[in-house]
Amino acid sequence: MATSLNPTYFIFLSAALFAIGVYGVIAKKNIIAVLVSIEMMLAAVNINLVAFNKFFTPEAFIGQIFAIFVVTVAAVEIGLGLALAIALVRKRGTTNLDDFDWLKW
Amino acid sequence: MGEFIAFIILAVCLLGSALLVVTLRDIVHAVLCLILVFFSVAGIFILLNADFLAVVQILVYAGGVSIMVVFGVMTVQRTQIQRSNSANSRFLVAIPVVFGTFLVAAITAARNIWTPANVPVPENDIKHLAPILLDNYVIPFEAAAILLTVAMTGALLLVKEVKDSGNKS
Repeated sequence: MATSLNPTYFIFLSAALFAIGVYGVIAKKNIIAVLVSIEMMLAAVNINLVAFNKFFTPEAFIGQIFAIFVVTVAAVEIGLGLALAIALVRKRGTTNLDDFDWLKW
Repeated sequence: MGEFIAFIILAVCLLGSALLVVTLRDIVHAVLCLILVFFSVAGIFILLNADFLAVVQILVYAGGVSIMVVFGVMTVQRTQIQRSNSANSRFLVAIPVVFGTFLVAAITAARNIWTPANVPVPENDIKHLAPILLDNYVIPFEAAAILLTVAMTGALLLVKEVKDSGNKS
């Protein structure tokens, strides 16, 4: 046995992190807390991709390439999300997502 | 055995700080725990022989993203920062959904019989990553560059100070 770790541990870990992120997305009031939870879900996806890359296709590096693109899209998402949050607060003066219930500016 | 102990320590650190992110009442403290989450993920990457991704994780997330989030909190949050991270009434719905998500993923993973390729990840991974990224995946690479440019321009337009021009709103 080359290593004592196997893929199941990493899948459990990333499933737990993803579940915590889902809880944050559903149950948080603050718009920035929801963005932070989405970041944690994307980090869970990255752990899964890199773990599969190590255990199944170690010489192809496809999982790590995908993880790099996920990092890029996550950075874009948090930047645009924060810009939207700042614009919304300027307009409405609140960060509570339950108050954002109008359909028209 | 040493790898296993490192995994346990990193996993406890990761899940503990992730739980703190969603349970702490003060959003500034939650963002500080988020930095710990990102460092733990970088440790997991090092454990998985992905050194380049670990460095990218620390530079982009623990450096850039968390500073940006802290900046956003400071800009957005005017009053009542002590209770700025509270949960709404939907957490009763959220808890079964969360346990369902975790159980489905865990049961599917546990029932599967993995046959890992017993090949170590090659050393010096950035030498192997660069040809793939700049040769086979050059179109997605350029698309990601354009995406970053467009997103930066869009963010600048969104946060630009709107001049008061009378009867606009």
